[in-house]
Amino acid sequence: MADQLTFAEDTSPYMSSLYAAARRMTRNDADAEDLLQETFLKAYRGYGGFKEGTNLKAWLYRILTNSYINRYRAKQRRPDETDLEDVEDFYLYRRLGGAESSVLGRSAEDEVLDSITDEQVRDALDSLPDTFRMAVVLADVEGFSYKEIAEILDVPIGTVMSRLHRGRRALQKALYEYAVERGITSPKPAEVVDVES
Amino acid sequence: MPKPTCEESLAQIYLFLDGELDDDTRTSIELHLEHCSPCVAAFGLEMELRALVSRCCREPVPQELRDRIAAALHEMGRSGSSEDVG
Repeated sequence: MADQLTFAEDTSPYMSSLYAAARRMTRNDADAEDLLQETFLKAYRGYGGFKEGTNLKAWLYRILTNSYINRYRAKQRRPDETDLEDVEDFYLYRRLGGAESSVLGRSAEDEVLDSITDEQVRDALDSLPDTFRMAVVLADVEGFSYKEIAEILDVPIGTVMSRLHRGRRALQKALYEYAVERGITSPKPAEVVDVES
Repeated sequence: MPKPTCEESLAQIYLFLDGELDDDTRTSIELHLEHCSPCVAAFGLEMELRALVSRCCREPVPQELRDRIAAALHEMGRSGSSEDVG
């Protein structure tokens, strides 16, 4: 059983990443601050029930996620599982040429990735429906395993994989569209990826 | 284990990059990547995107917020509040 006396010390290493996740979930500074505070207060109150030696980071993320869902998701009309259009695999790779362009030194991918600002990446993430955005943030920003994400979001592992993979593809499409808008690359249909069979 | 094709390797790209494959499958894909530059380019692009997302989502906690949370916790500590949140 964990001791409330050591709570602040035990949890402080995770505050920054919890805040970053709260920012991406709420997409709003003020809401992120309230969410982080609520998470820490709830965690403090429940700390006696946390089993020492188990995954503290995942436990905190679960409280963050549940708090977010209870507090903000209620405002939304309905779950958004179907709100994301299906995007093909390797969206960027198929459009940016892949193999043949890399012969020229700087590849088309490098040009595009370098041209995208941090803010555009955050905007692209923010454009994803909630459930997909949360899966991508937990995996790509926090490095949680599929099993941990399944526990944090309280969904089966198959659902985690589906949300994560679809979310990443949609993110690629959004980033590609930014690059096209800015004239970094011209819109073109997907190349057929050359596969040996 | 038979050598995976490009198609088979690319189908596992996220499982590979997420560290979710068993050792044998992982090794077979690594062997494929040693000899296949188109797949290396595809895997590389996915890796770079993940690094980009990760980097862009690191934002420092405002000091004022740290202070506010510390004060709220201190206040709760004094009143001895405790409950089960699961």
